[in-house]
Amino acid sequence: MSMETSTGAGRASWPLWEVFIRGKRGLNHVHVGSLHAADGEMALRNARDLYTRRNEGVSIWVVPSASITASSPDEKDPFFAPSGDKVYRHPTFYDIPDNVPHM
Amino acid sequence: MTATAPDAGLAEQFERTIARDQRVEPRDWMPEKFRATVIRQIAQHAHSEIIGMQPEGNWITRAPSLRRKAILLAKVQDEAGHGLYLYSACETLGADRTDLTERLITGRQKYSSIFNYPALTFADVGVIGWLVDGAAVCNQVPLCRSSYGPYARAMIRICKEESFHQRQGYELLMTMMSGTAGQRAMVQDAVDRWWWPVLMMFGPPDRESANTAQSMAWKIKRHTNDELRQRFVDMTVPQAEALGVTLPDPDLRWNPQRGAHDFGEVDWDEMKQVVAGNGPCNAERIAQRKAAHDGGAWVREAAAAHAAKKAGRERTVA
Repeated sequence: MSMETSTGAGRASWPLWEVFIRGKRGLNHVHVGSLHAADGEMALRNARDLYTRRNEGVSIWVVPSASITASSPDEKDPFFAPSGDKVYRHPTFYDIPDNVPHM
Repeated sequence: MTATAPDAGLAEQFERTIARDQRVEPRDWMPEKFRATVIRQIAQHAHSEIIGMQPEGNWITRAPSLRRKAILLAKVQDEAGHGLYLYSACETLGADRTDLTERLITGRQKYSSIFNYPALTFADVGVIGWLVDGAAVCNQVPLCRSSYGPYARAMIRICKEESFHQRQGYELLMTMMSGTAGQRAMVQDAVDRWWWPVLMMFGPPDRESANTAQSMAWKIKRHTNDELRQRFVDMTVPQAEALGVTLPDPDLRWNPQRGAHDFGEVDWDEMKQVVAGNGPCNAERIAQRKAAHDGGAWVREAAAAHAAKKAGRERTVA
């Protein structure tokens, strides 16, 4: 979440980490929030205590918020424009007669 | 609208997002007043969770059984967790954690006035779960649809967990009510002390609530203070009957015309006094939070020094 913001007032504090959790085997890791920790190991332990108190996860990733490169919301439309006009990438673009099986 | 001319397109986009009931996300353009309002609301909410650990935390060592002790410990741990989810959401708006903590312990940001009342007996632990957390759930469920994305997502997690808080409180009270006459009296006494402060949790009446209209227009809030207060009273009356306690309000009765309960006027002067810092426990709560923060300074410094040293060693090896 906080990957988007600067680290604020420059006082000595632990850096911010983004937390990603795999809910169960077979699912992707999903972003759940952020926390402060002195290093990666502590970030993992804190993430376990904060975000998996009720068996919400089987695997955790932590990433320093400052390391994330994100697209800018201001350029949202032009940035995603390349996929906007390519309807032929979707299966529904093609008309196939109903009597053709297994398509 | 505070937007100046160059922002006009962005402002329009923001208004469209709100109108379509979509979520505003961290890096979106937003009016400064929206940002400030959301920071204020989330910070106040986060501080409430953190201070809210204290009234019950005091009972952990005195809980009457291992079962009650384990439950209470888990609940207080959840309150810490809720505070941290919310601080995390607040930081997406550019707020700084150290700064937020400082604002709390210097009294520049508020927390819910309910936590300035003392938990005098173990029955209070039950009543806090049933009524205080019940009122919190009532306030918070609509916030799961709040227009600021990170806040809404934090609220969804919190609401799931609060349900355990309310149920454990009610179960605790049911157990006490099936005990001795002394235990039943203890429950009634706790209800008598907490009922009115709990009704204050919904904030000032709509006619005096300065921020409600704008927050509703921006869909940060979804219902007015009075609507939520009414909903809470209507939900609680049958629960009190099932428990066998009396809610201490002679004016409380069903109004068939309105299809809702009428109830007496909250003592708004008392609420103003507590919010202004003159409640029974204001000074104690802040002092304890400050002591914990100051006492933890060496831990924060040591961990940072250790991390820096370790990172230095890894660089040398590489």
